[in-house]
Amino acid sequence: MIVAARIFFVGGLTSFRALWYWLTPWIYVPTMLVAPLFQILLFAYIGRSAHLRSDEFYVIGNALQYASIPCLFAMAQSIGGERYQQTLGAILVSPAPRIPLFFGRSLPVVLNGAFVSAFALAAASLILGVHLPASSLAPLVLVVLIASFSCTGLGLINAALSLRIRENAVLSNVIFGFLLIFTGANVPLDSLPGWMSTAAQGMPFTHAIAAARKLADGARLGDVGGLVGAELLVGAVYGLAGYGLLRWFETQGRRHATLERS
Amino acid sequence: MSTLRFVAVTWALQFKMIMRSPFDGIGNVIYPLFFATVAFFVFRAGHSPRTLLYASFGAAVMGMWSSVSTSAGSAMQRERWWGTLELLVAAPRHFALVLLPATLGLATVGVYNLAATLLWGRFLFGVHLSIAHPLLFAVGVVGTVLAFGGLGFLFAVSFVRWRAAWVLGNFFEYPVWLICGFLVPLTLLPGWVHPLAWALAPTWGMNAIRESALGGSPLDDLAACLGLGLGYVALGVLVTERVLRAARLRGSLSLT
Repeated sequence: MIVAARIFFVGGLTSFRALWYWLTPWIYVPTMLVAPLFQILLFAYIGRSAHLRSDEFYVIGNALQYASIPCLFAMAQSIGGERYQQTLGAILVSPAPRIPLFFGRSLPVVLNGAFVSAFALAAASLILGVHLPASSLAPLVLVVLIASFSCTGLGLINAALSLRIRENAVLSNVIFGFLLIFTGANVPLDSLPGWMSTAAQGMPFTHAIAAARKLADGARLGDVGGLVGAELLVGAVYGLAGYGLLRWFETQGRRHATLERS
Repeated sequence: MSTLRFVAVTWALQFKMIMRSPFDGIGNVIYPLFFATVAFFVFRAGHSPRTLLYASFGAAVMGMWSSVSTSAGSAMQRERWWGTLELLVAAPRHFALVLLPATLGLATVGVYNLAATLLWGRFLFGVHLSIAHPLLFAVGVVGTVLAFGGLGFLFAVSFVRWRAAWVLGNFFEYPVWLICGFLVPLTLLPGWVHPLAWALAPTWGMNAIRESALGGSPLDDLAACLGLGLGYVALGVLVTERVLRAARLRGSLSLT
């Protein structure tokens, strides 16, 4: 139990810190703190230009959806980066239990994704003059955290695919693009074709964004309990599927000696 | 004549390499389509007098810009990673002539982005494409590609002192999308943004393409776009000389 806890916390933290050998502040600040603000401004102004929804709609939608950048890329990098550093084989040959090994790498990613999202939400609200009721702030933090958890679940699948795909940056961008369209971040779900809004119900962010918008409009946490629960469920399903895929690809990689191939 | 031939051959070589790069040849082509799709949905659901055709051209030029901004910033860095930078700098041709075709190659991928986005809008969203002045439209596209290549060249040489040059390239994607009138008219933006937009060739390239397609007069916009493009190249050449001189003096060409 203690060993598993060490692998979960210390291993996860060490893996996340390893990202920072290249993810310097010169990269982190423009990519994680400034870029989401421009994404929000872009869509808020497109919304004004198209006369569709208020600034609040785009601020909340894009602030939450932008957590996909740290969550998807960092999780993919947790596998792709190990391969690049030639440490993947050493990790996977170890007898370390896989649940704390893989999920421990997810925890700092969840926290970082939530931070990026919360910063974007706060800063963009100030810039565009969007008023968030004080009573909504604590529940919003919880929703942001759950949204980040949910996307990190999808990130685990992304990480597993990185055992097979060399260009995980391209794959992460593609997933980001689908989330941008489907989750209601910018297009109200009732304006999407039926099959798209149905598919959105199984994607990270969809329920969290809806919950956050209701909270900003004055709803209480209890009022959005169903949406929060659905988001948690989506994240858990993706997380388990990602873990299963990681184990399967690991086994396949060992069997066919292809861990370092892609 | 030999200079033109040199630029053409280098452009063709760079274009072939870009098209075989999963990131530049596939990722940069697909990525803007997601934003274009959102734009189509937003304008279709909205109540604006601006039509889907307006959004279609805007989204198409957004794609053109993406192909340049994301990768041009690190064009010189890539040569460094490949270990070819010193050879190219030592070659008898001016280094700017080597680098400009690389960013022109990236801008050329933008033509594919433009066509793909227009067809995407046509077949998925039923946007009826009508181009009032086809010849001027073609000239506008070529002029915009050249200007984008020039701006990409300026990025490439200006960012070379930064190890994370690719981040700066990425960084300019959203702001240019926002302030150059692709999907948001300049009149909606604060006044202090207007001079910034006027200093950027994409603003004029966008106007030229839209005007030629919708039946306006694109020549002034095209002239401004090309003029700014030439200015970027001239400035880029000066920056190149300064950067290379400093690198030679300090022996830091491969050390940034």
